[in-house]
Amino acid sequence: MSDLVITKNIHEKDSFKIENYLKHDGYKASARVCTTLTPDQVIDEVKKSNLRGRGGAGFPTGMKWSFMPKDSSKTKYLVCNADEGEPGTFKDRLIITRNPHAMIEGMIIASYAIGAHVGYVYIRGEFFREARMLEFAISEARANGHLGKNLYGTQHSFDIYVYRGAGAYICGEETALLNSLEGKRGEPRLKPPFPAQVGAFGMPSCVNNVETFAAVPYIITEGAQKFAAMGTEKSGGTRLYGVSGHIERPGVYELPLTISIRELINHCGGVRGGKKLKAVIPGGASAPMLSAEDIDVKMDFDSLMKAGSMAGSGGVIVIDETVCIVEMACILLKFYEHESCGQCSQCREGSHWLAQLFQRIENGGGTMADLDTIASLCGNMAGQTICAFADAVTGPALSSVRKFRAEFEQHIHQKCCPFKKDHKHIGHKASSVQGVPGVTHV
Amino acid sequence: MALSETIKNRLEKMRHQFPTEQALLIPALHFVQEEKKFISGESIKEIAEYLHLPLAKVREVVTFYTMFNQKPVGKVHLQVCTNVSCWLNGSPELLSCIEKRLGIDCGETTKDGRYTLSEVECLAACGTAPAIQVNEDYYEGLNVERLTKLLDDLDTQLAAGKKDIGCASREEFKIGV
Repeated sequence: MSDLVITKNIHEKDSFKIENYLKHDGYKASARVCTTLTPDQVIDEVKKSNLRGRGGAGFPTGMKWSFMPKDSSKTKYLVCNADEGEPGTFKDRLIITRNPHAMIEGMIIASYAIGAHVGYVYIRGEFFREARMLEFAISEARANGHLGKNLYGTQHSFDIYVYRGAGAYICGEETALLNSLEGKRGEPRLKPPFPAQVGAFGMPSCVNNVETFAAVPYIITEGAQKFAAMGTEKSGGTRLYGVSGHIERPGVYELPLTISIRELINHCGGVRGGKKLKAVIPGGASAPMLSAEDIDVKMDFDSLMKAGSMAGSGGVIVIDETVCIVEMACILLKFYEHESCGQCSQCREGSHWLAQLFQRIENGGGTMADLDTIASLCGNMAGQTICAFADAVTGPALSSVRKFRAEFEQHIHQKCCPFKKDHKHIGHKASSVQGVPGVTHV
Repeated sequence: MALSETIKNRLEKMRHQFPTEQALLIPALHFVQEEKKFISGESIKEIAEYLHLPLAKVREVVTFYTMFNQKPVGKVHLQVCTNVSCWLNGSPELLSCIEKRLGIDCGETTKDGRYTLSEVECLAACGTAPAIQVNEDYYEGLNVERLTKLLDDLDTQLAAGKKDIGCASREEFKIGV
């Protein structure tokens, strides 16, 4: 069992307070970095640790930092992505409420490495309490001299401000986040230019996830090698898995990247009520679902990609045998339909059509041709748009049909949902998709 | 009518944090909604004027973000998460329980103006699903029985004329703007 990077002390009373963090040698890494290392040395250390972004894309963090221009006189910004909107993901909330100073210290170290003097934490708007806790933690750090001018007696100055989003999933995409931070609609930007060249307010910017920042102090304190050794060849450290759905003990677990889905489920007490496992969504809603036969795959970025899914945000959703996969796919697709920003036609129209098609099949009005339409529709969405949202939509759409085709065919042949429900969902979204206009001519 | 002094003060305290005035738009909308529960056409005009922005820039932002209410909501805004983890854990039952009790559909407000019911996307409380947000506060790990107790309690608070229902963390962490 490897060491814990982020959650070691979170069960202590008032673990979010600075005195608790300082008791465990908190803010020693940031002090050492600012006083004894050069920015390049910090970036090298993070590169050697094989830390990869924990927000979903898994991009190597050290490399991202090294893209920031070095000899530019422009203002640079550091941004923490605390939008946490991916369905099934709730790990950043744990860090913010239990160990916010690890994230703040990670941001101080990053700011020194890239030469930023201002940092923003973009936190989702629904997190009223979490945003206030973060303000509290930042004010504690400021009062203790870890944020502000001339940190640790050096030339480096850095401060952090909290910026609240307002309920748009797409703002988790880094360029949509930057637009939102500028007070605009959260519409993703065309890349290039990448944020390292033109980011927040037109200046070079670096955006990392909460968990990514929170891992950085450990890397500095314990050394890149130790961190790298915990993970796989290409991906260092542990990971926070948020396990939810039909699981005996749901929650956030910090575990090695080398754990398999089966081991993870067993670690969390198994499928709830001893029921049979049907499917697993291994990395937040956008990750293609896997069936019960696939669960011996390891949870690291590369293994899951090879298995046709993705590690994404670490949100693992466990689904038991009682669930109708078609109905669940409807829930997911309605979410994407609702959250598409609408800039690109493929995504705006495609996510709507997919939601309608799946609902039609669930309602018993589907045809076998619909299954081909789903595949061709997805082919015209993925990779065709400004951001990866359209690709994300195709994750659950394609994988549900591929892995559970028999269940779709059953709906089509029996002209109804074979999973009888004793309750009827009568919300707005459900009632608005009874008719299916606009889909037949796809 | 102009923006309240409280809102102006809060915005001025934030001004130094950003290189542009437009960055204050979303905070301004949050502050107005905290005060008035929704963003009226009047408020849009006031904010546009105060931040020297074209009306359209404010309007396009208000309509983009789902958290900004474009019409009045009840004193208690019940937001039920119906995304996948909550759905797997019984959010449809919670929704129909509230609909039956209040006699309204999702997206509607009770005639007495006390409750608004909405369906929302993932609240990032999947480990403690199903979750609902009551104004600002999260209530997690619910079932119909616990939800009924919560609604009884909210009824009592409303009857007692309590202010800031569902805003517990305002008192809990008083630092900041």
